[in-house]
Amino acid sequence: MTNTFSGTSSYIADGELSNVVNVALALQKPLLVRGEPGTGKTLLAHAVAESLQMPLIRWHVKSSTDAAEGLYHYDTVQRLNDSRFGDGDVSNIEHYIKLGPLGRAFESKQRTVVLIDEIDKADLEFPNDLLHELDAMRFTVDETGREIIARQRPFVLITSNAEKELPDAFLRRCIFHYINFPGPALMRDIVAVHHPDLEQRLLERCLEKFYWLREQPQLRKQPSTSELIDWIGALVRSGLDADELSDDFPFLGVLLKKERDLLALQGSR
Amino acid sequence: MFVNFFFHLRKRGIPVSITEFLTLLEALEKGLDDASLTGFYWLARSVLIKRVEHFDRYDAAFQEFFKDLPFSAPERRDDLSDELLQWLEGAQFLRELTDEQQQALQQLDLDELRQQFEERLQEQTERHDGGSHWIGTGGTSPFGHSGRHPSGMRVGGSGQHRSALQVASQRRFKNLRTDRVLDTRQIGVALRKLRHLSRKGGDEQLDLDATIDETARNAGDIELVFRPPRQNQVKLLLLFDVGGSMNPHTELTSRLFSAAHRAHHFKAFKAYYFHNCFYETLYSDMSRQKGESTRQILANLDRSWRCFVVGDAAMAPPELTQPGGCINYFQHNEEAGITWLRRLRETIPRTAWINPDKPQWWGSYTTRQIAELFPMFPLTIDGLDRAIDEIR
Repeated sequence: MTNTFSGTSSYIADGELSNVVNVALALQKPLLVRGEPGTGKTLLAHAVAESLQMPLIRWHVKSSTDAAEGLYHYDTVQRLNDSRFGDGDVSNIEHYIKLGPLGRAFESKQRTVVLIDEIDKADLEFPNDLLHELDAMRFTVDETGREIIARQRPFVLITSNAEKELPDAFLRRCIFHYINFPGPALMRDIVAVHHPDLEQRLLERCLEKFYWLREQPQLRKQPSTSELIDWIGALVRSGLDADELSDDFPFLGVLLKKERDLLALQGSR
Repeated sequence: MFVNFFFHLRKRGIPVSITEFLTLLEALEKGLDDASLTGFYWLARSVLIKRVEHFDRYDAAFQEFFKDLPFSAPERRDDLSDELLQWLEGAQFLRELTDEQQQALQQLDLDELRQQFEERLQEQTERHDGGSHWIGTGGTSPFGHSGRHPSGMRVGGSGQHRSALQVASQRRFKNLRTDRVLDTRQIGVALRKLRHLSRKGGDEQLDLDATIDETARNAGDIELVFRPPRQNQVKLLLLFDVGGSMNPHTELTSRLFSAAHRAHHFKAFKAYYFHNCFYETLYSDMSRQKGESTRQILANLDRSWRCFVVGDAAMAPPELTQPGGCINYFQHNEEAGITWLRRLRETIPRTAWINPDKPQWWGSYTTRQIAELFPMFPLTIDGLDRAIDEIR
């Protein structure tokens, strides 16, 4: 295997994570990544695409997303309009078939990274509807009878927040990884990527406060990595130094988003 | 050996399929395990285990299966007891040390350190946080984690370059483990059948057939026809019996609740709690503090709603049949419980009673009385299916 993934300059992947990406790449199976919000599941796709220099095709799943949208869409309105006004070649249905994210990835001459983001947002049956396409990496356009077969099996990365259980048949076909919340050591590396000039003492103080905050049992939503990075950004811009931070919690609103949590924390101090 | 590992995992209750096992063999053929046990640990986990809840079981099974293998680990940490690791869970905070204190800490070389560790491990009998001698967290002893010592040894907590058995022995995923009877997804799939779709509201979709018809009627002038997508029109009321004899079923009922609440976009969804039988008041929280008038609630509902009551229906007969029979001494009910149940049935004829007890225990007087009023079903997938058929 010539191409292996080991993180990029802006994305720190620990050994476990880069290993599992390489396993999924080698086995050509979809990789399902779960973990708390803010642990960089979506960014992983960008990082893989960047480091292996493969184009990234994104598919953000919503509650109304239907599996067929990922394959192709037949634009009937355009065709009707064209036939009415005599524009375009109406006899060739092929012109009106718009490929979806998966369809484009299959057609691409280069191997691509396909990100299916937040798969658990969609209907319960959504993953099952994609089983065959992800397995065989081919599908047929019903309107034209053309079969689209992947020239290069794309690297499919699927993220899930575990809002819903995914079906077993779907899980069996994936490689699975759970991203743990980063510990202080890894977090230091992650922060360094985003705030390279951060003063050491301020960083330590921030991390200390951050992990303390995450341990408070009364919080409903624990702050995540991306919130920590925003918070440090706010502190740096405001010019506060480490000593001022010791007994105060400035810009708490960046870390805690629920009014209840803010109140609970104020009450406990 | 790998076949044995496969059966070992299955014996330990991890649902590994043959397809997944074949994928693992393929991966091994490609050398993805780096020819090391650690590599194999990660590889097998990512290929075979698809739920975080099973990670702990996997760790335990892995440890069990490979602990007797000749295995050359230079470190001695694999035999750490679970107990020791438990003492080290939930680290206390780092202490700030002054410079003098820092200097006072003894610098140790590795051999001394290891020797001391072994000795201390023998002596220590309980958890320590923040001390300077024992193995614990947040202290200045050279052993443990989250502490400060210039040449300390990390035990538990996070570290790097661990061997597989050490990783497995940490069993980091213990609290994510759940042994579930009925999983949320199964309940969700069952509740799906309760959908009653009709076209109302929402973004409009192109209706192709109607468009073609209209266009033809219009002598070829294009006439686009849109109509709203189908939406779930079901309005669902859930009433839960909590407390007392229902305590053993709390977990199961809350799972039903969360499945109903999250997985489905009902047009309207309401849930209330009661204890044994409900009277003038229903509660919107489980501890039954926030009450709402039952009369008021029922007034806002109508025949288009559907209702599930979840309860064991087992209570003292007066609670159901007599005014003032309520189990709560301070709550005096003017009307008998059964009157309220009848009122519910009049308001929402499509009501089913879900009973988490096994059907063979449904013999009590009140259970039989209630089963005459409402069709009663057990809280199993099959029972839920039948209940949904009943009120659809």
